[in-house]
Amino acid sequence: MNSIPGNPDLSFDLEKIRADFPILSRKVHNKPLVYFDNAATTQKPQVVIDTLVEYYSGMNSNVHRGVHYLSVEATSAFEGAREKVRAFVNASSTEEIIFTRGCTEAINLIANSWGGDNINSGDEILISAIEHHSNLVPWQMLCEVRHAKLIVCPVLADGSIDLEVLAGLMSSKTRLLAITHISNTLGTINPVKEITKLAHEKGIVVLIDGAQAMSHLKVNVRDIGCDFYTFSAHKVYGPMGIGGLYGKKDILTAMRPYQGGGEMIKNVTFEKTTFNDLPYKFEAGTPNVSGALGFGAALDYISRIGLDRISAWENELLRYATERFSADPLIKIIGNAPQKSSLISFLIGNIHPYDAGTIIDQFGIAVRTGTHCTQPLMNSLGIPGTIRASFAFYNTKEEIDRLMEAIVKVEELFL
Amino acid sequence: MKIEESTNTIISEFEIFDDWMDKYNYLIELGKSLPLIDEKFKIESNLIQGCQSRVWLHAEFDGTNVHFTADSDAVITKGIANLLIRAFSDHTPQEILDSSSDFLNEIGLTQHLSPTRSNGMLSMIKQIKMYALAFKAKQAMGS
Repeated sequence: MNSIPGNPDLSFDLEKIRADFPILSRKVHNKPLVYFDNAATTQKPQVVIDTLVEYYSGMNSNVHRGVHYLSVEATSAFEGAREKVRAFVNASSTEEIIFTRGCTEAINLIANSWGGDNINSGDEILISAIEHHSNLVPWQMLCEVRHAKLIVCPVLADGSIDLEVLAGLMSSKTRLLAITHISNTLGTINPVKEITKLAHEKGIVVLIDGAQAMSHLKVNVRDIGCDFYTFSAHKVYGPMGIGGLYGKKDILTAMRPYQGGGEMIKNVTFEKTTFNDLPYKFEAGTPNVSGALGFGAALDYISRIGLDRISAWENELLRYATERFSADPLIKIIGNAPQKSSLISFLIGNIHPYDAGTIIDQFGIAVRTGTHCTQPLMNSLGIPGTIRASFAFYNTKEEIDRLMEAIVKVEELFL
Repeated sequence: MKIEESTNTIISEFEIFDDWMDKYNYLIELGKSLPLIDEKFKIESNLIQGCQSRVWLHAEFDGTNVHFTADSDAVITKGIANLLIRAFSDHTPQEILDSSSDFLNEIGLTQHLSPTRSNGMLSMIKQIKMYALAFKAKQAMGS
């Protein structure tokens, strides 16, 4: 059992959980793997892997429109997965859940489909300085085509956003606020409900990039009140190549399709095509059925454990790692927002993150080094990148101790 | 010394280490001892793309041999640059073009560093060969 200080009710059997993830028992460089790259992608429990194999071994067929048994079965499983996603984020209806290849495609869908009709010359799109390139480049591209302006809200030294500054940048020209729920680089948890309220007071449409958030905290899109919420399954213990978006029904209804093709149509003649209803209007082509099923299995899995238990342990890991890192005067933690998710970006003295990461890897420890797809943020902080250790609920304090041993070795070698 | 002799020396230097940490330790030493590049050559146009760290490679041609200097903000990368300079610097363009970079496989560098990281190394080799090709062309035009 893990131990949650002050809240034993939230503890769980950590050994049993770890046994659910086959990859955690493998060795890297002849040492047991320590996987601290969860912000890049999470590992998959056996139940998710089994779902993929079972789909292809026993159910594979194309969904929708088929009358044969397997097609009906696959369609029902696929739509069942959509319902699981709906329930997980608390959307009103499955019409508001669109499957995409991932969070990046979800943002691009909105930029193309909603942006193409709603962003005009002179309009402004507001983002923050801690956005992942995925929630920056699509808007930059849109602004270029539509002759609109991208406004970037700076962040405070600790990596958090000053809401007054953000509100001050919301002008009569602002059409959209696109902001992350949790920063993949600094771990900052943004107060998205308050931010959405501020934007809505000024009639601004709000998109929340939820890629980092869904695995760590309970996402409730209706409580947040946002217009769009985007996510990726592989960051929530599900397969790669599947993700999606939540969009408010009235907004999605008014939007034109993103791509044309099969599945998204109602009637096609050479003269005119009428489009399918939500959510299919946005899902051209054969969807990633196995991925959706795996996504559903992942959400079931973490729901069984409970997000309250997951976040309690992740917070404890963050607290422990922060305490251990802070005891080393050579370590500088980058990002100290009061509300932080379970990741630490850091530098060791003036050692280049690449050098540190190469040695840490020799210990069988997976951390990420570099700019974490947030190059403008790194430039504004004046650093070449960071080393990032991101924790999931299957990680242990002993693994953090092993990372500390590796860091000591890095210091010996380079300083 | 021929390029092959230099690379054989490098291979034998690495053979004495059993464990990868010792190899890295040696690479770090090589990185720290890389002859300094003239600061004026640490310019954008000398930057090598495709590496997590910044790598500058400068080449000079005296009419016979090509002389390379390099620098990086990461020490391990500097160590790799040191190996490449030891192998290829002060040779004729033709010798450089005829040489092979297999010694990096033999000491295990290409397998040990992940593709994104070795990309920086491969980019350095590619750039060294490009310089050799350019100087060879220059030589041919001059003669």
